[in-house]
Amino acid sequence: MAPKADRSMQELIKGQKRVAQYLSFSLGGEEYGVDILKVQEIREWRGARPLPNAPDFVKGVLDLRGTMVPVFDLRIRFGLAEASYDPTTVVIVLALEGDGGGQVVGAIVDAVSDVLDIDISSILSAPAMERTIGARYLQGMVTINQRMVVLLDVDRLLEPVELTELIPSEG
Amino acid sequence: MTIDLSQFHQVFFEESFEGLGLMESGLLAMDPGTVDAEEINAIFRAAHSIKGGSGTFGFDRVASFTHLMETLLDEMRDGRRPVTAEALEVLLQSVDILGEMLRAAQDGQALDEERVAKQQQALETALQANPQKQDASDAASALTADGADINGWHIVFRPLPNLMRTGNDPLRIIRELAALGELEVRGDASLLPGFDQFDPEECYLSWDMRLHADVERGQITEIFDWVEDECDLAIMPLVASEHEVVAVPETVAEVSVDEGALSSLAQEQEERRSASDDRRQEERRKTAGRRSNDPARSATAAVSSSIRVGIDKIDNLINMVGELVITQSMLSMLGENFHPGQLDKLKDGLEQMARHTRELQESVMQVRMLPISFTFSRFPRLVHDLGRQLGKKIDLKLTGESTELDKTVIEKIGDPLVHLVRNSLDHGIETPQERLAAGKLETGTIELKAFHQGGSIVIEIRDDGRGLDAERLHRKALERGIVGVDEKLSTQQIYELIFQPGFSTAEQVSDVSGRGVGMDVVRRNILELGGSIEIDSEPGRGTGMLIRLPLTLAILDGQTIAVGGEVYIIPLISIIESIQVSPEMVNLVAGRGETFKLRDEYLPIIRMHEVFGIEGYRAHDLTDGLLVVVEGEGRRYGVLVDELIGQQQVVIKSLEANYEKVDGVSGATILGDGSVALILDIPGLIRLAARDVGLQLIKKTA
Repeated sequence: MAPKADRSMQELIKGQKRVAQYLSFSLGGEEYGVDILKVQEIREWRGARPLPNAPDFVKGVLDLRGTMVPVFDLRIRFGLAEASYDPTTVVIVLALEGDGGGQVVGAIVDAVSDVLDIDISSILSAPAMERTIGARYLQGMVTINQRMVVLLDVDRLLEPVELTELIPSEG
Repeated sequence: MTIDLSQFHQVFFEESFEGLGLMESGLLAMDPGTVDAEEINAIFRAAHSIKGGSGTFGFDRVASFTHLMETLLDEMRDGRRPVTAEALEVLLQSVDILGEMLRAAQDGQALDEERVAKQQQALETALQANPQKQDASDAASALTADGADINGWHIVFRPLPNLMRTGNDPLRIIRELAALGELEVRGDASLLPGFDQFDPEECYLSWDMRLHADVERGQITEIFDWVEDECDLAIMPLVASEHEVVAVPETVAEVSVDEGALSSLAQEQEERRSASDDRRQEERRKTAGRRSNDPARSATAAVSSSIRVGIDKIDNLINMVGELVITQSMLSMLGENFHPGQLDKLKDGLEQMARHTRELQESVMQVRMLPISFTFSRFPRLVHDLGRQLGKKIDLKLTGESTELDKTVIEKIGDPLVHLVRNSLDHGIETPQERLAAGKLETGTIELKAFHQGGSIVIEIRDDGRGLDAERLHRKALERGIVGVDEKLSTQQIYELIFQPGFSTAEQVSDVSGRGVGMDVVRRNILELGGSIEIDSEPGRGTGMLIRLPLTLAILDGQTIAVGGEVYIIPLISIIESIQVSPEMVNLVAGRGETFKLRDEYLPIIRMHEVFGIEGYRAHDLTDGLLVVVEGEGRRYGVLVDELIGQQQVVIKSLEANYEKVDGVSGATILGDGSVALILDIPGLIRLAARDVGLQLIKKTA
């Protein structure tokens, strides 16, 4: 399968850009980042209207100024720790470039933390086996102030989930 | 500077197809033998716009073909050529060919050159067939022969007030004339109004010009090409003033804004490209190249459609947005230092805001509305052609053509309507002999009516033909096994049989209708649009079809219901009634299949909470909740819900735009409190329930 490489990533690799900005957030105690250009807005989690017979990570749809936006709980999506909803739980609204054109989705995360300026050359490729999240969703990882941040390739979130990836790996 | 002209192609094609429609309806309305200058003018203008546009965009074949049609029309307009039935027929066929050429150019597909050449030949023959043509060209050549004596031209140019609004600039014209030679210009400002009445966008000036140059008339008329519909123009040879005024001033009653906009746009392009012919060539090559190696692109271009909206609707919208902004700023000022004493003011403001928002919503909906004449306009031609083919005389009456409908509905209702009209023509209306024998007028009548009725649009198709033959229909249904021998049917029920799949009454299958794939498809299409179709008929007097359609697909009348903590909308059109069941009405069939008896029918029950997996529902027992009796795919079901909340109009939002199709749900909407509610798709829900409970059970109990 030809990887549908992230456009900004490509630009980075070609050396057209040296520094990229990422929005970092926490998911089940770990820190992740998404390309900030994909982030449309961040909203407080106030619940969504559940969709019938949807997979459990689809929490429903919410109204974003007249547009229906599906909300995915990334914690359940990646089979991370128990998903709890508290005042810091937020929805990151992402504008994705899927195969069928642009799509807007909401991603529920534990909390947003920071905007990181990441030097492209410091991004390391992610070892596939180390994490519970399948390697196909990862763009790479980076260490910032001794914290490790995993960069997600959000455009692939909409791709069909493979069952094996939903089962947390041992340990 | 090069400009990618292809960005205007879509507009050009849309305008051209509209023009073709105009030409067609105009030609059909013309009677052989009479010259209706207004009508010919309208057709001529349409042809002229197509010619101008296609020339600009490099579709030379189209331009030269249209030019022939234009010449023919021009001669008819000037009375130099009689309006004969043959000539009209040739023109009608040419309109078809022109349509094909344009479509081919649009999709970048190959053209049936042979047919075009043949039609072009026919046009040329028609042109030459005119005895007066010779005289005309003689006169023209005489005029050019006189050219030696003519040392200039006298041009009277009187623009209509709206000339500048169409993007034309009289100064440019004068400049171009001056470029041809020595130009004497005398301005006439007598029409200039007082300053208080002066509208800077109108043109009040006119000019009387003398051009002292040895040029051909064509060079001058070319300059006026784009404005000739927006001005009175006379061009006279200077010396040979005894020659008659050749270009007759021609006033045009109505010029649509959009048309002007395109012409001015195209003209601008033309100007910028000036006379640089090779660049035009290059452009053409580019377009041709792109067209030939990118069929996918043209395919998608055809899919994305645009809509032309009257300027008044847009102005109206802008007004309302303005009002809304004012109210909003008032409210935000109020909010900055609010004290409880201003509560009334706040309430007023909010009310105002609500009103404006509602009005705005209605206006935006209006933008999607198109007059049904878009669909109706094809029928005169259809009836004309079919009537001819079948040897029937038919008078088509159209009423309510300005009734507006949602664009999507308009597009989808076209084919069903065509089918119904064809049916009326083929099966309904009798041959002239039959009609005379039955003591009716020789000419049959088909009426197409559109009107509003209680929040929906009704389209009525009525003929005064022989009506439906209930007995024959019944016999046929028995033969086909659609109804049982012992079934008793009312006449109305028999009529309804024609909507059954595989039911065709035509004794003989003609190529007009009667392949038996008709009426069920017609009904299905109408149901898909959320509409309904009724039939009434009287033997010997005719048949009527009544189609009811929702005004728009974007808004729906819904019943809000609650199950557990969830709120859903059921489209009102699917609901028959809502009832509270008593235990004795309920039957349990083989464990889980439940039915209840409503009057004489046993209806399966669908428990919403089971189908959708909703928790915290209240109606554990059938008697605790309410049954909403719905109809989907021709069957009735009872849907168990906790409670009914209310009826309201809801705006439909797509779930598929950002997510995917959800079974049993057709979309979502936003409720008054800002929360999202899902709109149920009743047929989908039924399928879902059937899958859940087990198809067998529901089938058995049905």
